[in-house]
Order: sequence, then C-alpha cells, then structure tokens
Amino acid sequence: MDSGAYSGNPASFPAFMATACYKLTDARSTGRAVYTNKPKIHAYRAPSVPQVTLGFELAMTELAAELGMDPLAFRLKNAVEEGDVNMMGAPYNRIGLRECLEVASAHAHYKAPVAEGEGRGVAAGYWINAGLQSSATLNVLSDGHLSILTGSPDIGGSRASMALMAAEVLGIPFEHIHPQIAATDAVGHCDVTGGSRTTLATGQAVIQAAEQCVAEMCRRAAAEWEVEAGVVTWSQGAAHYGEQSLTFEALARRAGTMGGPLTFSSSLTASSAAPSFGVHICDAKVDKETGRTTITRYTTIQDAGKAIHPAYVEGQMQGGAAQGIGWALNEEYLYDENGVLQNPGFLDYRIPVASDLPFIDTVIVEVPNPLHPFGVKGVGEVPIVPPMPAVAEAVYQSAGVRLREMPLNPPKIVAALQEQ
Amino acid sequence: MSIQEFVAPDSLSEAKGFLSDGAAASVLAGGTDLLVGVRLGTRNPERVVDLKKIPELTAINIDAEAVHIGAAASAFSILHDSDVPSFFPGFAEALDLIGSTQIQGRCSAGGNLCNASPAADSIPALIANGAQCLITGPGGDHQMPVEDFVVGPSKNALKEGELLVSLILPRPSSQTADAYLRLTPRTEMDIAVAGVGVSLTLDGDGTCTAARVSIGAVAPTALLVEAAGAALVGTQLDAAAIEAAVAAARQSACPISDKRGTSEYRTHVVGVLVARAIAQARRRIVEAVS
Ligand SMILES: Cc1cc2nc3c(=O)[nH]c(=O)nc-3n(C[C@H](O)[C@H](O)[C@H](O)COP(=O)(O)OP(=O)(O)OC[C@H]3O[C@@H](n4cnc5c(N)ncnc54)[C@H](O)[C@@H]3O)c2cc1C
Repeated sequence: MDSGAYSGNPASFPAFMATACYKLTDARSTGRAVYTNKPKIHAYRAPSVPQVTLGFELAMTELAAELGMDPLAFRLKNAVEEGDVNMMGAPYNRIGLRECLEVASAHAHYKAPVAEGEGRGVAAGYWINAGLQSSATLNVLSDGHLSILTGSPDIGGSRASMALMAAEVLGIPFEHIHPQIAATDAVGHCDVTGGSRTTLATGQAVIQAAEQCVAEMCRRAAAEWEVEAGVVTWSQGAAHYGEQSLTFEALARRAGTMGGPLTFSSSLTASSAAPSFGVHICDAKVDKETGRTTITRYTTIQDAGKAIHPAYVEGQMQGGAAQGIGWALNEEYLYDENGVLQNPGFLDYRIPVASDLPFIDTVIVEVPNPLHPFGVKGVGEVPIVPPMPAVAEAVYQSAGVRLREMPLNPPKIVAALQEQ
Repeated sequence: MSIQEFVAPDSLSEAKGFLSDGAAASVLAGGTDLLVGVRLGTRNPERVVDLKKIPELTAINIDAEAVHIGAAASAFSILHDSDVPSFFPGFAEALDLIGSTQIQGRCSAGGNLCNASPAADSIPALIANGAQCLITGPGGDHQMPVEDFVVGPSKNALKEGELLVSLILPRPSSQTADAYLRLTPRTEMDIAVAGVGVSLTLDGDGTCTAARVSIGAVAPTALLVEAAGAALVGTQLDAAAIEAAVAAARQSACPISDKRGTSEYRTHVVGVLVARAIAQARRRIVEAVS
C-alpha cells in the first residue's frame, strides 16, 4: 500500500480485516507498505480496509459466479458467526453478519429484477471497532436539568446519543439534558473520536455516571424517608418507596439541603467493543459511449447492535456509502511527473454532489452487543467498506468490462470498452 | 497589490473613462471569475469597474432581427426573466449548467465569454447560434463573431480600454433549433471535459439547410467546426451524415491531457456529444412542428 513519504504502515492490519467476514481455516495475510515521494498519509474512516476489501470482495463475487451461485447465498454459506475465530485469533462474540446477509437477500431491492442495461453488485464489509479510554461528568442542575460533559468531539450526532442514554437510565426527558463537549483539560481523559467508539465507550461512561446518579438519589430519598437505601427503587425519573416518591427534579432543586451538589464522573477503558458488519447492494448504469456511470439504486444494511439514535445511524450508513461511491467512480489524487498534486481542491477532486446519488436506502439490523449495557456496536466506519466492490461489480455487469484499477472514471471505462 | 478602488459608473461613457486613464482596471460583471482570480492572486486589478449599473449592459432586447443580450445581464435574468430560452433552448441549457443557482444569480454570458476559458459552457452555444459581439472602446463601436473573439486560453480580442457591450444572436429562422451538451464526470459543480453546441435548420421534408457545430474544452479555444456543419447540410441527417460530422469534430479537436481527462477520451467523447446534440436539436424542430 502506498504509504507516502513518512513512517506509518497502513498495510499492517487491513489484510486480515478484508477476510474477516468469512470462515477461513487456512489463511495468511501479508501487508506491505511502499514508501513514496507523496504526502503523509493519515487515518480516515476504516483506514485502509476499503482498499483491501475491494479485492477480496470482488474475488468472492467472481468465485460465486464461477460456482453458479447467488453472490449473497455464497457469502451466507461462508459467513462467520459467534464462536468463529478470525485470522487475528480472537473468537467472535454475538455478531450480525448472517442477519445482514439474510436481510439483504430478502430486500425488495435485491428481489427486483435488474433494469435493462444496468448492473448489480453486492459486497459485505467488516470493521473491528475500538473501545479505548473515555470519561464523562454529569452535573445535576438546580432547575432539574442535567448537563453532560465529555471529551469526545461530536462528528456524527453523538451528543444526542449521550443524552438519550442518560435519559434512559435516569427516566427524565431528553430535552432536559444538555450534552456538551468540554475542553481536553476540563473533563476526564477521552481518547480520540475514532474507531467508531464514541457512542459505545463514551456512552458507557455516561451510562455509568447516570447509574451513580440514580444510586445517590435513591440514597438521599431513603435518608429523607428514614428507610434503608436498599428498599428505595428508581423508575420513571423518580425514587419510590411505598406511596412516597421524590422526582429527579425535586431532588435536584433540593440538593443544597439534602447533601450538596450532585456531580458524577466515570472513567473507563472500554472492553465492550464488538465488530460491525455491513452489506451493500448497488445498481448502476454505464453509458457505454461516454463511460459515465449513474448509480440508479443503492441499499445499505448494517448491524448496529442497538441503534441509539436511528436517524443518525442511518446518516452514518448513507454518508459512508456516498463517500465509497465517490471513491469508486471519480475521487483520485492526481500527481504530475514532479510529484506535485494537480487537484488539491474540491473542483477537481471530485466528491459526489447530491445530484450524483440516488436516495440511499438503509436497513438497520439490531443484534445486540452482549458486552455493552445497551447492546451498542460502533456504526461510523463500516459503511465505507463495501461500496467500492459493490459499485465495481455493478459497473462490470452493466458495461461488460472488468477494470482492475480505481476509480472507474469515464476515460478508463471508454478505454477498456475500446480495447475489448 | 490589492484592489484600491471600486467604481460603479451608470453610463457607458463614464465606464470608458475609467478604463482609459492608465489605471490597471478590470471590469466586473458577476465577478464569479474575477473575484475568484483576485482571491487566488492570479488577478491584481487596482481598480474594479462594476458594469451592472449601466443600462445597456444589463438590458435584454428582442427586435425583428435579433436578440440583444447585455453583456452583464445575469444568467438568472436571461433564463427566468426573458424570452431568450424560447428562442435558444440550447444556449439556455448552457447557461443553466454554469455553477449553481447561486452562481447563476450573479454570473453573465458576457463574463463567461470575456473570461475566455477553453471550457466555458456558453461559448459553443453562442458560436452555434452565429452570435456577434458588440464592442465599444476609445475607437468607437464595432462587431465581431464570437468564434473570433476568444484568441487563446484566458485571452480575448479586446484592446486596451475596450469592453463588450452586448451579444447579438440573430433570430432563428423557422424550423431552426439549437442544443448544447457537455460531459462532466459529476452531474454539476464540474468543468466541461468536452462541450458541444449545435444549431440546425431543416426544410419541410426534413433536409438540413443550415448547420453550425461548435466544440468546447477540446482545443485552446472553442471552435466552429465548419466541416461538421457542411457534412450535415443537404442531408436528411442520416447516420452517414452524422458520422461525417462526428469525424470532422474529432478531426478538429486538439485537446490536452490534464486532470480533467485524457486527450484520447476528450477526442472520443466530443464526437459522442456532437451526435447527441444533433439528435436533440432535430428533436426540438420536429416537436415544434408537430
Ligand atoms: C463555483 C463556480 C462554478 C462555476 N461553474 C462554471 C460552469 O459550470 N461553466 C462555466 O462555463 N463557468 C463556470 N464558472 C465560471 C464563471 O461562473 C463563468 O465564467 C461566468 O459566466 C462568469 O461571469 P461573471 O459575470 O461572473 O464574470 P466576471 O467574473 O465578472 O468576469 C469574468 C472576466 O471577464 C471580464 N469581463 C466581464 N464582463 C466584461 C465585459 N462586458 N467586457 C469586458 N470584459 C469583461 C472580467 O474583467 C473578467 O476578467 C464557475 C465559477 C464558479 C465560482
């Protein structure tokens, strides 16, 4: 893999990830970094895995064709499940690849006939997902609201997920919760917003701090009622004992006379991370005269464990698909003979614009992560893994020529058709 | 050097004064090329002369002979506040491809032409329609065909102190229609890899009596391909005639290979667009008759 001019090996781990969807008994991978006179490389959404998955998934598709099997059925037959061990040697916990493949096979998109002149491709993808260190601080405000401070910058709506998880534990309205991203030195340590880990790990710190809040509020209510703390229960945003109850808001307003400010912090190194899997279906039409490809229909199916904020999970699925489609069709760094980048702006580094894409349909599959209190799995990165092989196969099916080089831009498609 | 002075004269004579007193002046219509250039440091005018307050520069008039479009009239006003699109749907298509709604609210056909980009969308459409440039300057007024106006990438034929007043498009005769098509990898916010403007006239039994074909983004300037038009005249626009026009266009093309496409691809695709633009212009004529 082209590693640019500086150290850092992007090829160290993706090779195994590209094979991680399938039961492989004899497997070995080699990753080789090639240092070139190009700019520094850096991690970006499922770093390096889409590139390697492109080759492996296309091989799966070609194998299925060779065997005369449906490409999804072929994948399902070989799909990993709980207890399987991947190349890294770690057994899988409760994973959702088979469920995603089953949903894809039954989906209206897959059942619909391929339109005249179009092609269809499918691909699966894996991303490992990180745990790492996270911290959260909850401050109960004197008006009965709650502030949440974390050190995980919100790059996909994670603040809303923090508020939803705290609301779930505390039983108070979502609208009464104010999640904020605090400065690095104003909150407990949080590792990067990366590895699709924020909702899982920082979320778990929020859940733990909220549980501490419930315990302390029950203790205060017990003291007020002069009963053992253990007999007080918490539900629907209030402490209860017999006929008596004290709401979160009442306990917040009276904190000053009931034991002082209510502030809870939790820090952890999350060991709950679980991998995520996605399956994409792409229909494309190649204009054989101009070589332009139009994506006519696109569906993404993904195991989210538990989608805390489903609309934002869908946003991640759609965003990853859009980026992957851009990589497949047009995005490319162009260097001149002196190694100078020719397209350092978005006019000529062609990411797709809205009118380049169809509506990207989403199906969230929920196979809860048994290690996480709410079953969460990371969702942000895996959506960029399957698009390139799915698009490449659809282009091949429509154009009738197989290109072995990305992107599948108009000049390359026309040149390949003329060579044919 | 940064802009020292901004003036917005409200008459042509005043504007000419601002352009001929020796200051390094640039005229501004929509500014969607000029201001980008100033930002990038490729343009360094001391004085900017805004043309939009000059009535002749923004007026759109249609008389018995021709359609006169003020050089600084915005694409939006041409497309949505005038009858120009009904006369020249292909030219309108070209303007409608420029940038986005926001860009079209500012940018002008005159600016597109004067900026003289090889890939400018409206230029092949203007050439196909036989448009003339009305130019004024210290030596008085004169006209020249659009195909002679652009002399090289980013170079136009205007002399010191001159400016483009309007574009004059002869009214199309009956059974005439134009079309403009461009190829970009993306659907919008992209620069033409190739562009083609075509204008056709047919007689009662479908024989082509006049044809102009212009190609863009495949040479240092947009070209009028006379041989392509000649290949169509006198024919029923049968496959052989279209193939001859396509071959003539590919023959005239001399594109460079750059970040937007290879020379081979551009040469190939300009031919594809010629065939499709001919089909579209013909469809317009047939649909207008029936
Ligand atoms: C985001 C974006 C997208 C774009 N997309 C496209 C596209 O798809 N296709 C395309 O063709 N172009 C595109 N352009 C370029 C630009 O918008 C067009 O060329 C536009 O028509 C320029 O018109 P204007 O009125 O803004 O020109 P201005 O910037 O005002 O002027 C352009 C040049 O012409 C000169 N000039 C203007 N009027 C006169 C005059 N009357 N007499 C003499 N000189 C004059 C100016 O001094 C300047 O040098 C895009 C630009 C942007 C910023």
